[in-house]
Amino acid sequence: MFFAASLALLAAMLLMLVRLFAGPSLYDRVLALNAFGTKTVLLIGLVGFVTDRPDFMDIALLYALINFVGTIAVLKFFRYRALGDIDDDAAPGKPGAPS
Amino acid sequence: MIEMVLDIATGVLLAGGSFFLLVGSIGVLRLPDFYSRMHAAGVTDTLGAELILLAMILQTGFSLITVKLIAIGFFMFFTSPTSTHAVANAAWAAGVRPLLGKDLKPGDGEAGPKDGAAS
Repeated sequence: MFFAASLALLAAMLLMLVRLFAGPSLYDRVLALNAFGTKTVLLIGLVGFVTDRPDFMDIALLYALINFVGTIAVLKFFRYRALGDIDDDAAPGKPGAPS
Repeated sequence: MIEMVLDIATGVLLAGGSFFLLVGSIGVLRLPDFYSRMHAAGVTDTLGAELILLAMILQTGFSLITVKLIAIGFFMFFTSPTSTHAVANAAWAAGVRPLLGKDLKPGDGEAGPKDGAAS
């Protein structure tokens, strides 16, 4: 049962990869990346059930955390051209700050 | 007896979860506009994920794994809408506008959808 669900999940991930490569704008790609990460969390959980290894649930939880932080980091980088040192005079911080 | 009922319930939930995951992925692929694709991605994140997590919880009964699964479901329940909102906010700030009307024209008066406007 879990094996069939993981196959369906793999098919859904492949469709998401198509959108990831075909996405016209950057934000389509970020969206596909975020959805792909969520599916990876589910896939880790399902594989943990198929191979009867309960410690996969920690990996799935960790990946859910990292996926969220990653999406926010990508968005912040493309908005302010910098992740850390955002000082107001260099990057005005307005949306679409000049790169 | 209870074991059989749980197995049937897990099968149904897994089938439902996989169905919504596939529907969401096809939606992300085929919908015409960024903002409508985001709706499809939201479908997979919320319903597909929660149904599959619920199916796993049914299989584990009362143990530490169930607590971890509930933690995953709880976390994804809150961060999935947050990250989708962040993507929408960033896209709107960068000038990506939705396509309006039946023939999907860019909204008049405002900046048209500048795809890849991040440069």
